[in-house]
Order: sequence, then structure tokens, then C-alpha cells
Amino acid sequence: MRVMAQMAMVMNLDKCIGCHTCSVTCKQAWTNRSGTEYVWFNNVETRPGQGYPRTYEDQETWKGGWELNSRGRLKLKGGGRLKKLFTIFSNPIMPSIQDYYEPWTYDYSTLTDAPAQEHTPVAKPKSLLSGDDMKIEWSANWDDNLGGSAATEKHDPMLKKIADKVKFEFEQTFMFYLPRICEHCLNPSCAASCPSGAIYKRSEDGIVLVDQDRCRGWRMCVSGCPYKKVYFNHRTGKAEKCTFCFPRIEVGMPTVCSETCVGRLRYIGLMLYDADKVLEAASAPDDHDLYEAQRSVFLDPNDPEVVREAERAGIPHDWVQAAQRSPIHALINKYKVALPLHPEYRTMPMVWYIPPLSPVIDVVRDTGEDAEDTGNLFAAIDALRIPIEYLAELFTAGDVAPVDRVLKKMAAMRSYMRDINMGREPDASIPAAVGMGEEEMYDMYRLLAIAKYDERYVIPPAHSEQAHSLEELATECSLDYDGGPGMGGSGPFGEGSGALTPIAVENFQMLQNRQTADTMASPHDKGGRVNLLNWDGKGAPSGLFPPKSAGPEPVGQASTPDTSHDGATGPGGTGGLTGGADYK
Amino acid sequence: MSQFLWVVFPYICLTTFVVGHFWRYRYDKFGWTTRSSQLYEDRLLRIGSPLFHFGILAVFLGHVMGLGVPKSWTEAVGISEGLYHFMAVSIGAFAGFATLVGMAILIYRRRTNGPVFSATTKMDKAMYLVLATVIVLGLVNTVIANIIGHYDYREGVSVWFRGIFFFDLHPELMAEAPLGFQLHGLTAMFLFALWPFTRLVHVFSAPVGYLTRPYIVYRSRDYQELGSHRPRRGWERINR
Ligand code: SF4
Ligand code: SF4
Repeated sequence: MRVMAQMAMVMNLDKCIGCHTCSVTCKQAWTNRSGTEYVWFNNVETRPGQGYPRTYEDQETWKGGWELNSRGRLKLKGGGRLKKLFTIFSNPIMPSIQDYYEPWTYDYSTLTDAPAQEHTPVAKPKSLLSGDDMKIEWSANWDDNLGGSAATEKHDPMLKKIADKVKFEFEQTFMFYLPRICEHCLNPSCAASCPSGAIYKRSEDGIVLVDQDRCRGWRMCVSGCPYKKVYFNHRTGKAEKCTFCFPRIEVGMPTVCSETCVGRLRYIGLMLYDADKVLEAASAPDDHDLYEAQRSVFLDPNDPEVVREAERAGIPHDWVQAAQRSPIHALINKYKVALPLHPEYRTMPMVWYIPPLSPVIDVVRDTGEDAEDTGNLFAAIDALRIPIEYLAELFTAGDVAPVDRVLKKMAAMRSYMRDINMGREPDASIPAAVGMGEEEMYDMYRLLAIAKYDERYVIPPAHSEQAHSLEELATECSLDYDGGPGMGGSGPFGEGSGALTPIAVENFQMLQNRQTADTMASPHDKGGRVNLLNWDGKGAPSGLFPPKSAGPEPVGQASTPDTSHDGATGPGGTGGLTGGADYK
Repeated sequence: MSQFLWVVFPYICLTTFVVGHFWRYRYDKFGWTTRSSQLYEDRLLRIGSPLFHFGILAVFLGHVMGLGVPKSWTEAVGISEGLYHFMAVSIGAFAGFATLVGMAILIYRRRTNGPVFSATTKMDKAMYLVLATVIVLGLVNTVIANIIGHYDYREGVSVWFRGIFFFDLHPELMAEAPLGFQLHGLTAMFLFALWPFTRLVHVFSAPVGYLTRPYIVYRSRDYQELGSHRPRRGWERINR
């Protein structure tokens, strides 16, 4: 047994209202730079729908992830090492920007600079890639809320799989939202596809990161990831991906998307797993077995033997304790209501989902029956094959049994809790019908419905002897590194070239550039961003809004040292540099 | 003059090449990339890029043979002058032609595709110009010197080139060489000087290690590079 710890997430889809707050805050924190305009580390898709990038789930086209070869061994679907090297000059399975969308801005200055004239001037869309006028035809959420789905729905790869049963008619439509981030897989095919070895899995917490100094822009990870969650920064020529907000996680704060989630539907915690078993589980012969196989890789953190092995493997004691309290462990292995997204890609994803009951409830309610009655709900779950099979295509490689079980548990919880809330005698037969005890059901309800911040996010901080250099990101503004401040923008060899810039300084510089720039479509000038990375969710993050008065009046407290050697002190404030780490 | 062109200038360029790479790697590891533009456009790239890259790899091997291996060696293993000549010309012309066509496609693409063009830096343009000149001159030499005329570069240019690395200097050999070869040599030297400051650096990160490394890389958290502070020591000093 080789115990490793993995930071993981579960999302409860029933609560997602599709507001995209998570996507927007994530973008502000991480991809608000030129070259990453089209990059959404977090995106929220309406399902059924094509997803982002379009039809990414169709692995016969995009060839992401792993598959079994004829001898039952795992191999990269996009081709092995030699094939990768031979197609390195032009990757045949890489999506083009058209499969995402061409990013644009508007020519706002025509609005303010136009002379007096009869007709109101209009701001024309300009491509952020070429600076030319463009026609906007698609974006990250073009089919949001099933918009235009009559025309595009037939492209949904998951719907195609059950197509013989579905005539997509509006009357029988169901809909839910699927927020997605990188899965931080146990068996990441992005890392396996990277010729330079720049993508690595952190041995402490399993977060999958791209080493920007080692990435050489070979683009193999983009096609290797079946979830298409590695993006190519087209200005720096490097791959970028969701970081699980590691600077926050290291000080014990949840990711930005979780912190700002309006539905409070995200849970973060540790999972302990046996690294020796990953390969075997990922090679399970039948796709339908993959869900159970992955569950069998996880270890029970309460088992004394596991605790002993974990400590032998160098996992600190407070981490083991955190794993015991982990909501992820509870949802995946205790209540068994969370399911992995597309286990058939065999990457062993670690962001799991509680499938939504709402498509079922909506139907029952529309018939005028009681939508909180177990009998009605159970019957509907059995009858409504289409939504259920669709969910199964997403979460269990098409096996409806586990989805059935989860939905019935959720339905049972709903009716059981209604009795309690109405002051009636709770009915023990309801939990029993789904194989749960009353207390267990109540606990599950607590976790799903009313869990507080520190129950939803159980994140042990990185160890204090090393933590100072990390804390610095959140609490100090330090420009005392060699080279001094004044980096950012374009170096002589293209965007972002030049010596390493600490994250904090980069933010400051970029923020200032953005707030003082007033050019439009020229990508060269679009450097700036506001830093939400260390915003605690209270008040407005400094620098998000332009300063009220035009004077050079810092927004944050005056902890910014003199940066005058390049005249860089000006309006725009100190960005996120002064945000405190007090998040409790 | 010939001292300067065939001794001083090559040394300046090659020194720039070596020192430049060292400096670039230290100063700009982040900028060390192919700066691929496949995301913007891949219909032309799909043809042009493999054509160019495989072509230039073959051309490179040809140069290793032609410049690196002395004539006496190939004769010692029994490759006759005629056979060598035939191989060099046919393979060389073929590879050179593939490279040239690939490059033409790539330059056309770079010029006509809006996003690709706006992602082109000044350095890129300069590099393209020099690289294209070198390739065209090389191809012209292959055709003219070997088919029409008969200059044996293996007794001229090659000896001079090898001599540079052994401080066995033969500027006179280059001074006698046909103009085409002289220009090819000079522009190539200039390209070497430019090399470390362009995206050509990606040549040195050809990922051959991928063939042998394990698929999944694990790495421990790297504390030093994240923030600008070194980690604090884990103990407190006692003042008494
Ligand atoms: S989901 Fe994330 S970890 Fe998994 S293969 Fe894709 S990028 Fe890699
Ligand atoms: S912020 Fe929460 S509720 Fe809103 S879209 Fe994202 S996951 Fe859904």
C-alpha cells in the first residue's frame, strides 16, 4: 500500500443555478490576461448541450484520455510516445480556436470620441486575435439555458449515444447545469502526453500543474486531456490549466470558484488513496466497472492500518485528521451519492458530482402530483429513462444502476426531511428503502443542505515551516527580490518573456497596466488583471473598480514600497497585494 | 578582409550562439517555447509545418555528413566520389526542396492569416528573412555547384568549417569558394548569431526524453520559486 493524499472536489448539481459566478471569479483570478481570453479554467455548461470546447466529449474525434489496447493494457487514445513525437510539428487532433471561440472586445472609443452626429455611434466588435472587425458567432456559453438548442442540440455527443430513444422535442426537454474545472486526475493523460515532462502531479496534494518554465509549447496536453481542460496561451506559447487555486489551498482557503459559488454547492476535502492500485483500477476491462474500480482505490482514513501507512508515507497527522473529516470521503464512499464525470476516459477524475434530481422533480410537479412523495419520485425515476440515461452517460459510462441508486437516495432524503420539517412523525421506512439508517440520512441531509463553511471545506494548510513563502502571496507585498519590480507586459521575445516575476508583483504591474491603458483591440497592450486570488469574499477586492477620483490615491493600505525606478507608481491601487489572509 | 570574413566573423557568431543560449536560458526560461500558432490556423500548418520540419531535419543530417565527415573517411569505407555525389545531390535537393516549399507555405500563412500575423514579433520577421536566405542559397548551391558546375565543397568549405573548431584556420579555402557558397556560409553564421534570440531555441528542447520517462510525473511542492521569500527557518533564535 502506498498512501497518497489528493485534494478533491464534489459538486451538488441540484443546487447549481447556472449563474456563472464561479467562471467569472475564476477568470478574474487566473485568466484575465492577453492570450487567455478564451481560457475558462472553470466553465458552466448547460446540459444537454455541446459543452466547451464544442463537442469535447466526442473522443472518437478528439482522442483524449486513455483506452485499452487489444491486450487489455492502458494506452493513450491519442497515440503513444513515438506517434506523439512524429506529430509534434502539427498536432492533428488539437482543437482550433474555432472550436472554442474567437475572443473579441468592442471598439469602445468610438462611443466617446465620436463627433456630434445624427445617429448614435456603435461600438463594433473587434477580434482580440487579429484586431480586425469580426462577426460574433459563438462563445463559451452560446447555448446557455438551451439557447438555440433546436439547432445545435443534435451535436451533443452524449445525446447522440442515446439518440435512438430521443426525439429532441421541446415539450420533453430537461435541463441542468454542469460546472467543470480540471479534474486533477489520479491518472492524468495530460501529464502523460506532455513530451517535455512539464505537467506534474504534486505528490503532497495531487494537484496537477504545468511548470511554465519547462513547457515548450508542444500542445500535446491540449489534445491529451479528454476534458479539454488544458488550454494553450496563444501569446506566451505555453499551456495553462486550472491550478486548484493552489496558493489558497496551501493556506487552507477553498478555491475561488468554491468560495464564490452562489449555490454553495461545492465541497473540498482530502481523499487518501492507494497509488499502487491506480493503474489496475484504470485498466478495468468493462467501462461500467470503472466507477466501482475508482472507489476501490480510495482508502478509509479511519482504518488504523491506513493511518499507520499514511504516517509512514510522510503524510502529516493533521492531514490524516482532515481526511477523516473530509466531506468528499463522506459523499463518495460513505453516502455514495457522488459520481465521477466520464469515468470511461480512464483518467480517474477527482472532481465528482451529485447528479441532479431536478429533471425528475420537474416532471412530477408538472403532472400535478406531489413531488416530495417517495412513491411518486421512485416511480418517476423508474419511468423517466431519458434523463436518467443521459446522466448515466455523463457519470457512469452509461450504467444506469448507480445513477438510479443515487437519485433514489436523494428522493428519499427529500421526502423523509419533509416529514420532519412539517413536524410529522419521521418515517423510518423511507431511508430503509434506500438502504440507509435514519441517523445516516439525517447526517447526509445536514452535509448536503446546511453544512457550514468549515464543514464544506476541510482543507489542512501546508506546513508552517514552509508556509511563509506562500503566505507572502496573501499578506505581504515584497518587491525585494533580485531584478526588482517592473516586470509584466511584453518582453523582447514576445508576451511574458523575461525573468521570473513573483505572482504578487505580476499582479500589481498588470493591474496598473490595465487600469491605465485605454487602447482597444491591440492585444499587445492588454496585460492587466485584477487579483481575486486572495480576496476573502468580503467587501470589494481592491482594484476591481477604478478609483473614484482621478488622483493618485492608492486603494489598499500604503504597504507598497517605492517602485519609482520605472515610474510605476500611479493610480490603480495595489491590487490584491494587501488582501489579508483572515478568512475564517 | 578574408581574415575577418572567414575567421573573426565566424568566431563572433559562434560565440554569440553559445553565450546567447546560456544567457537566454538563465534570463528567459519562460520565453523558451515554440510559440506555436496552431491554435489560430491549422489547415495550412498541417501541410507546411511537417514538410518544413522533416525537410530541415534531413538537411541538417546532410550537413553533418557533408561538413562533419572528412572526405578521406567516406572513401575509406568505400563510398566512391560518384556515389557520394549522387546521394548528396538527390537527397539534398529533395530535402531542400521540401523545406523550401514548407517554408513558403508557412510564410504565406503567417502573412495572410490575421491572427497569425499579429502574433508575429519583429524578431520572428528578421529570423524568417535570414533563414529563408540561408535555405535558398543552400539549395541554389546544391543545384548549381553539383549539377551545372563542379565545386567540391568537401575539399573547401568543409575543411574550413571543421578547422574553426580545431583552431586550424583556412580562410584561403573560403576565399576561393564560389560566391554562392561564400554567401551561404556568411548568412548561416549570421543565423547562428541570431539563433538564441529567436524562437529557434526550441530546437534545443526537442523532447527525446519523452521516449524513456514514466508517463506520469510526480513532483514535490517547490517552495522557493513560488513567492519571493525564502522559507523562514523553522526555529527561533534564543537571544541569551
Ligand atoms: S482533467 Fe485535468 S488532470 Fe485530468 S487529464 Fe485533463 S487537465 Fe489533466
Ligand atoms: S457559482 Fe455555483 S451556482 Fe453559480 S454557476 Fe457556478 S457552480 Fe453553479
